[in-house]
Amino acid sequence: MTFFLEVLIGGLLSGVLYALVALGFVLIFKASGVFNFAQGAMVFFAALTFVGFTEVLPGWTGLAPGSGAVFWLAFILALSSMIVLGIATERVVLRPLVNQAPITLFMVTIGLTFFIEGVAQGIWGSHVRRLDLGIEDVPVMFLLDNFDMMISQFDVIAAVLALVMFVALAVMFQYTKVGRALRAVADDHQAALSVGIPLKHIWAIVWSVAGFVALIAGLIWGARNGVQFALTFTALKALPVLILGGFTSVPGAIIGGLIIGASEKVAEVYLGPYVGGGIEGWFPYILAMLFLLVRPEGLFGEKHIDRV
Amino acid sequence: MAREFGDVIIDLQNISLRFGGVKALTDISFNVREHEIRAIIGPNGAGKSSMLNVINGVYHPQEGKIIFHGQERQKMEPYEAASQGIARTFQNIALFKGMTVLDNIMTGRNLMMKTNFLHHALFWGKAQREEIEHRKKVEEVIEFLEIQSIRKTPVGRLPYGLQKRVELARALAAEPNLLLLDEPMAGMNVEEKQDMCRFILDVNDQFGTTIVLIEHDMGVVMDISDRVVVLDYGKKIGDGPPDEVKNDPKVIDAYLGTSH
Amino acid sequence: MFYREAGQFKASYQNDQQIFPIRQDQIGFIALMGFLFLVVPFIANQYWLQAVLIPVLIFGLAALGLNILTGYAGQLSLGSAAFMAVGAFGTYNFMLRIDGIPFLVALLLGGLCAAAIGILFGLPSLRIKGFYLAVATLAAQFFIVWVLVKFGWFSNYSSSGVITAQHVNILGVDFRSPEMKYLLTLTVVVVMALLAKNMVRSSTGRKWMAVRDMDVAAEVIGIRLMRTKLQAFAISSFYCGVAGALYAYMYLGTVEPEGFNLDMSFRILFMIIIGGVGSIMGSFIGAAFIVLLPVFLNVAFHSTIGAYVPADLASNLELIIFGALIIFFLIVEPHGLARLWQLTKEKLRLWPFPH
Ligand SMILES: Nc1ncnc2c1ncn2[C@@H]1O[C@H](COP(=O)(O)OP(=O)(O)O)[C@@H](O)[C@H]1O
Ligand SMILES: [Mg+2]
Repeated sequence: MTFFLEVLIGGLLSGVLYALVALGFVLIFKASGVFNFAQGAMVFFAALTFVGFTEVLPGWTGLAPGSGAVFWLAFILALSSMIVLGIATERVVLRPLVNQAPITLFMVTIGLTFFIEGVAQGIWGSHVRRLDLGIEDVPVMFLLDNFDMMISQFDVIAAVLALVMFVALAVMFQYTKVGRALRAVADDHQAALSVGIPLKHIWAIVWSVAGFVALIAGLIWGARNGVQFALTFTALKALPVLILGGFTSVPGAIIGGLIIGASEKVAEVYLGPYVGGGIEGWFPYILAMLFLLVRPEGLFGEKHIDRV
Repeated sequence: MAREFGDVIIDLQNISLRFGGVKALTDISFNVREHEIRAIIGPNGAGKSSMLNVINGVYHPQEGKIIFHGQERQKMEPYEAASQGIARTFQNIALFKGMTVLDNIMTGRNLMMKTNFLHHALFWGKAQREEIEHRKKVEEVIEFLEIQSIRKTPVGRLPYGLQKRVELARALAAEPNLLLLDEPMAGMNVEEKQDMCRFILDVNDQFGTTIVLIEHDMGVVMDISDRVVVLDYGKKIGDGPPDEVKNDPKVIDAYLGTSH
Repeated sequence: MFYREAGQFKASYQNDQQIFPIRQDQIGFIALMGFLFLVVPFIANQYWLQAVLIPVLIFGLAALGLNILTGYAGQLSLGSAAFMAVGAFGTYNFMLRIDGIPFLVALLLGGLCAAAIGILFGLPSLRIKGFYLAVATLAAQFFIVWVLVKFGWFSNYSSSGVITAQHVNILGVDFRSPEMKYLLTLTVVVVMALLAKNMVRSSTGRKWMAVRDMDVAAEVIGIRLMRTKLQAFAISSFYCGVAGALYAYMYLGTVEPEGFNLDMSFRILFMIIIGGVGSIMGSFIGAAFIVLLPVFLNVAFHSTIGAYVPADLASNLELIIFGALIIFFLIVEPHGLARLWQLTKEKLRLWPFPH
C-alpha cells in the first residue's frame, strides 16, 4: 500500500509538470484559437536559454558563478527572450495566417517547433546541461520517518511552485482587466473588443504569459532531468493531457495532467514488468486515444454540434 | 394560382429541439405535400435552419415524430436522408472549396455511383464508363443552371451569387424528390434573385421536385410559395397560404411588423 | 511548338478526363519515364542511385501516402513512419515465415498489414477532426515502435529488433545491384503513383476532398464519413507500408524499429507541406527537396568556406531551415512547390502572348 501511494504521488507530482505545459497550450488556444504545438519547444528553449545565460554571465559580468545575482539576471534575460520569442511568433508567423484552417495553423506551429529547437541549440550547443535550482532531490524526511514513504522533496517543491502559478493565473483571469478580456476573447472576439482592449495586445500578453509558463516548466524539468533535447518529447505529453482536460479549460489542464501523470506511473510499475517495460512512452497517448473514442469533448468540454 | 398537390410526403409532429439550455424549436408540427413549394419564414434565430437540419438528420430532435413517405422514421443520419432523396443547400455556402465546379457537382451523384476504389484505381472499363455516364447527367444540370462557362473553375474563386448557384447544382445532381433550400437568395442583387426564383420554379415544374424554402424576402415568398410556415422564437405562429399568413395579426405582430 | 492546348479540342468526356489533357504534358511524361527507366540506370553512379534516387522515390511514396490522408482527406497524421515500420516488418515476416513467397506478394501483404493497423488508429477520426487526430497518430507512432522493439517475434528475436532484409529474387532475376534495386523501386513507385492519381481524380478522391473541405455538407449529400475516412486511412497506410518495405529491402537493407521514429514522421509531413499538400507530384518534389537539402547544405558550405559542416551545426541548421521553410510555405504558398511548378506552366501557356 505504501509503495502504491509512493508511485501514485510520484506520478501526480510529475503530472503537475505536464499540466504546466498544457496550461501554456490552453492559454494560447483560448486567446487565439491556435493549437501551439511549439509549446514544448518553448519549454526547451526557455530552459536552455536560462542555463546558457548562467554559464556565460559570470564571464561577461564578473559575478560569481552560481550566485543569486547570476540566477536572477539569467532568469530575467531568459524571460525577456521568451517574451520576444512569443511576440515575434505572434507577429511574424500567426498574424499572416489569421482565419486559416486550424490544421494549417497547427502545421505552422510544427514548423515553428523545429525552428525554435534549431535556434536554441544553434546558440547554446546541443549537449546535455545540468540545471541547479539549489533544491536537493532527497526524500522528504517527515514522510520517510512517519509513513515510510519515499517522496522527493524536489518534486514536492516543484509541485507547490506550479500550484502557486496556477492560482496566480486563475486570479489574473478572474480579477484583472486583461483576464476578463481574455475570457471574452475565448467566447467571442467581438465581445472582447468591447471590453476595450485591442485583440493584438491581448495576443501579445498571452504569448508572453505562455512564455513565462514555459520558462517555469523548463526550469523545473531541466533541474530534474537535465536540460536536453529529450525535454521536447516529455513536453509532447501535454497533448494527451489536453485531450482529457479539454483545450480551453485551465482546471481541465490540471486534472488532465494529474490523471496522465499518475496513470502512466502506475501502469509502468504494475503493468510494465509483464510486457518488458517502457510503456510510459506510449501509455498517455493510447489512453487519450481510447478517451477520444468514448468522450471526444474531453472531461469538461460540452458536446458541440456543428452549426450549419 | 390554384395548384393541385399530392399526398403529404413528410409530416413533422411536435418537434422540439434543444441545445443545452437554448430551445431552438418548441413543439412544432407541419407537413409538406408532394410537389409544393413550402416556405419557412421568421426572424433571425427563429429556428428555421434548425428545422431543415432536423428534416435531413443533421440535428436530432429530443421530442417529436417525423413521418416520411408514410413511415415513421427512427433517428436518422444525414447520409440516410440523402439516400431517401432529400437534398439541400445551406445558409452559409457549404461548397467544397478546394474543388472545381464540376467536381463539386459530381459529388452530388456519389450515391448513384456503384464502383469502388479498386475500380477507380485502375480507371478502366466500368469505372470509366460510369464516370462518363454521370458526367453527362451533371452536364445537363450545368446547362439547366447556365453555368457552363465556369465548370472548370475552383469554386473558391467564384462570386457569391454563382457559388449559391453551384450549391443548388450539386443538390440537383442528386435528382432529389425533396429539396431543402436555406436562404438561397440571401445577399443577392435583384437580378440574381430573379434568376434564382426562375430556377426554383423550373425545378419544381419540370422535375416535380418538392421544395422547402427558407427566405427572408417577403416579395419572393409571396410570389413563389404555395404554403408558408411562420416561426418565431422556435414556436410556430402561423401556417397557411401566403395571402392568409400575410394578413394574420399574430404574424404581423411578431415578424412582418418589426424590421429585421 | 508552343506549350498550350490550342487546336487540341476535347471531343468527348473521356478525353476531358485524361491525366494529362494537354498533349505536350503527355509527351513530357512519357519522355520523363523513358529517361528514368532507360537512361538513368546507365548514367547514374552508385552514389546517385543509392543515396539519392532510391530514397527520393521511397520517401516520395511515403509522402504520397500521407498526402492521401492529409492532403486529400484532410486528416492530419504524425505517425507515417510507424506505418512504414509495419510494412517493413510485415514484409520481412512474410518472407521469413512463408517458404518461397514471391517478394511482390510479401510486399503487398506487408502493405495490407499497415492498412489494417492504419484503420485501427484511424478509428478516433470518426469522432474528432483535424489536429485532435494528431494525438491518436502519435499513439500509433510510439506504440507501434515499442511493440516492434519489445516483442522479439517480429524481428525473429534479433537484438533490439534489427532486421536484415532477405535478398530479393523475382522470376529468377536477382535484385542485388543498385541499378536493379532502383528499377524495381521505380516500377513499384510509378505504378502506385498512377493508381493514386486515378483514385484522386475519380469519385473516391472527390469523396475524400469533400470530407476534407466540409464534412457536414459531405454527409448531407450522402457520403458516409466513417467509411470515407477509414478508407483514406487504410489506403494511406498501405502506401506508407509499401514505402517502408522498400525502405528496408531496396534502400537500407538493415533496419530497426527505432529508425522509424517521430522525426521521420515529421520529415514526411514536411515533404508534403513543401512539395504540395494535395498533389501527387508534389509528394515527390517534396521528397527530393528534403532528401537533397543536407547534400546541398554540405556542397554550399564546402564551396564557400572550404570545409564540411560540423555534424552538430549541420543538424541544427537543418532544423532551422526546415522550420523556416514550413512557415514560409504555409504563409506564402500553401500549395507548395507543386503549385509553383503549375504556375510556371500556366505562364508558359500564355507565353509569348500574355493576353
Ligand atoms: N449547432 C448549434 N449549437 C448550438 N446552438 C444552435 C445550433 N444551431 C442553432 N442553434 C441555436 O438555435 C437557435 C435557432 O437557430 P437557427 O435555426 O439557425 O435560426 P434561423 O435559421 O431561424 O436564423 C438559435 O438560438 C441558435 O443559436
Ligand atoms: Mg438560418
